[in-house]
Amino acid sequence: MRVLAAMSGGVDSAVAAALAVDAGHDVTGVHLALSPDRQTLRSGARGCCSVEDAHDARRVADELGIPFYVWDLAERFTEDVVDDFVAEYAAGRTPNPCLRCNEKIKFSAVLDRARALGFDAVVTGHHARLADGELRRSVDAAKDQSYVLGVLTAEQLAAAVFPLGGMTKDRVREIAAERGFAVATKADSHDICFIPDGDTRGFLARRLGEQPGPVVDAATGATVGEHAGAYGFTVGQRRGLGVTAGDSRPRYVLGIEPVTRTVTIGTADLAGVGRIVTAAPTWTGAPPELPFRAEVQLRAHGTPVPCEVTGDEAGGLRILLDEQQRGVAAGQSAVLYAPDPERGDLVLGQAAIRTTGDRAATAGREPSA
Amino acid sequence: MTYSEPVYLDHAATTPMLPEVLAAMTGQLGRVGNASSLHASGRAARRAAEQARERLAEALGARPSEVLFTGGGTESDNLAVKGLFWARREADSRRRRIVVSPAEHHAVLDSVEWLAKHEGAEVTWLPVEPSGRVTPRALAEALGDGSDVAVASVMWANNEIGAVSDVAALAATAHDVGVPFHTDAVQAVGQVLVDFGASGVDALTMTGHKLGGPMGAGALLLRRDAECTPLLHGGGQERDVRSGTLDVAAIVGLAVAADAAVHGRVERAAELARLRDRLVAGVAEQVPDAQLNGPALDDVVRSGPGRLPGNAHLSFPGAEGDALLMLLDARGIECSTGSACSAGVARPSHVLLAVGADPDRARSSLRFSLGHTSTDADVDALLDVVAPVVERARRAGTGRR
Ligand SMILES: Cc1ncc(COP(=O)(O)O)c(C=O)c1O
Repeated sequence: MRVLAAMSGGVDSAVAAALAVDAGHDVTGVHLALSPDRQTLRSGARGCCSVEDAHDARRVADELGIPFYVWDLAERFTEDVVDDFVAEYAAGRTPNPCLRCNEKIKFSAVLDRARALGFDAVVTGHHARLADGELRRSVDAAKDQSYVLGVLTAEQLAAAVFPLGGMTKDRVREIAAERGFAVATKADSHDICFIPDGDTRGFLARRLGEQPGPVVDAATGATVGEHAGAYGFTVGQRRGLGVTAGDSRPRYVLGIEPVTRTVTIGTADLAGVGRIVTAAPTWTGAPPELPFRAEVQLRAHGTPVPCEVTGDEAGGLRILLDEQQRGVAAGQSAVLYAPDPERGDLVLGQAAIRTTGDRAATAGREPSA
Repeated sequence: MTYSEPVYLDHAATTPMLPEVLAAMTGQLGRVGNASSLHASGRAARRAAEQARERLAEALGARPSEVLFTGGGTESDNLAVKGLFWARREADSRRRRIVVSPAEHHAVLDSVEWLAKHEGAEVTWLPVEPSGRVTPRALAEALGDGSDVAVASVMWANNEIGAVSDVAALAATAHDVGVPFHTDAVQAVGQVLVDFGASGVDALTMTGHKLGGPMGAGALLLRRDAECTPLLHGGGQERDVRSGTLDVAAIVGLAVAADAAVHGRVERAAELARLRDRLVAGVAEQVPDAQLNGPALDDVVRSGPGRLPGNAHLSFPGAEGDALLMLLDARGIECSTGSACSAGVARPSHVLLAVGADPDRARSSLRFSLGHTSTDADVDALLDVVAPVVERARRAGTGRR
């Protein structure tokens, strides 16, 4: 196959490209320049699109003897990922930009361009298993990235190659070291690549400005504080609420209402979510017959929860969790898995969380109108 | 990859070393001696360096004392622009203006911008003709009475679109108002007639690796009466304007290359122009809407070619230069999109923007540059694949909405 290896400059994509070469593919490396104003050097160990990262990726490509190019996708990335990220927060939701990037950039803009240029597939260093069109969790549970790939469709998966899903991160680093890649010991990138200093609240404040509003206690309906911008909050958040409750019980963010900028907080007993209504789902294969039982993961690195999935009139899903969960935020994806301890949990698909409610409640909390 | 030999159509980036250069350099590399030392080994090294200086001077119509060896074109450009600016402003603090073409190589542009940012220079950007040329009249207008101008710089031949300017007329225009004139002749030497003395310019940049010489070796030809403040301080080896132990082997190679390039110029230029015209005509046949950037192929300046004979610069509407380059590379054909920043991110060429091309045209262009090893087979190889490559790149679109 002629494959395009997306090379971020990190160790995972380096080894993925190397394994694609070993597998006998005709590999071309591409570094995606995603930031319109690229920093020369990495700030800390975080960002993934500095000039230095491009250099690291090119070094690996040169060692592998494969052609290497930089593709400038800054415009698309800004529109589809960064602006979307800001707009989601502004609407009181909590987006996942990595998932959005996979959906709109890596397996859409890049894949389309790759196909048009005569490539058969895109190789990435994601930790997830993909065989026979089935997307499954990585063998390395701690590094599993199937959640942020859950949005891919069968058609996208048919043109994707994830060589790392069957090995641990330690093994990836070993392979890199065996091959003498300078990136073998390069630190992982953890944060959102376009917020290299990790200060999401500061980033949003710069983009959205001050938007003060009330903090309301769900139990009493009383205004218990002021905030500078509802975008600084995520449902389930406990720290940094800036209010002192009368009693000593911890308070959690229960909801964010963007029009009145009201942040509702409450005690743990009110923070539980057992019922989720979603937007229209995407499936990694043939759509499963509704209703069905599955496990659902509600955020990156979240713990999967058994659930019952039914459809709703609007084309979305209703997900009834076996056990109430805290920190279920609108905007995040509910990624559905069919558990399979042998071959790895199978990703069925995902849907963006719209509203959430108590297990018993019929109506959801409405984070946005 | 499985290609035997790539088809190299990127001689303006660098051109293969001439066998006689390789031989001269390896011979010299085997000999000990610092050209500044007083003993026999030092004297032998100095003799080799000075013979090279004379040979280079002869090839370019300069006097040996006007040759300053440098680490290449970039250093020569930096030295000329900054050095002339500093010296002229030192002599008269009103001289803070730099008059320069926006189509210069980054070695000039970024030097000028650095001076503007850190040294209080003011920049007057010259208007550039659609061909890429700067006219003496435009220069005269920009200079005014010249009293506040430190230095003017216009390249002899443009590295992207091959436009040759009438440098002698430009230098005379600058001298009319007492302003020193620098020209970057990196691409001109060996392709068109470059005579430093006859041109009247005060400072001229040249480099070895575009001529079949070594990389990292070049010269600034600097008139004796031109005041130039050094960039590199130290032993003062080069007229106290440039310091650093002479790289004798590289200097020997540089001189051999310049000599060969200049003395073989007429025949080679005719051959390059023939191949280039074939290339352009062939591409036009395969891709009828391809557009030639820069001067017409038969353009004339001061009774010489108005366009570098080895240069073909073409836009392919609806395709992205990046994609074209990649697809050609995958077929073993090597060319250039003209300008890549340090991260390798393609930006629309500043040269094309300077000549008034819209960003889409600028982004859809490729430079093919021929040189001393180019053959009809190279041109044929390109013509064999160009139509399907452009077709495919067009399907990939411009990546923009
Ligand atoms: C017009 C021009 N000036 C300057 C340079 C820089 O020369 P060098 O590579 O020797 O530093 C080049 C070559 O890239 C050039 O084409």
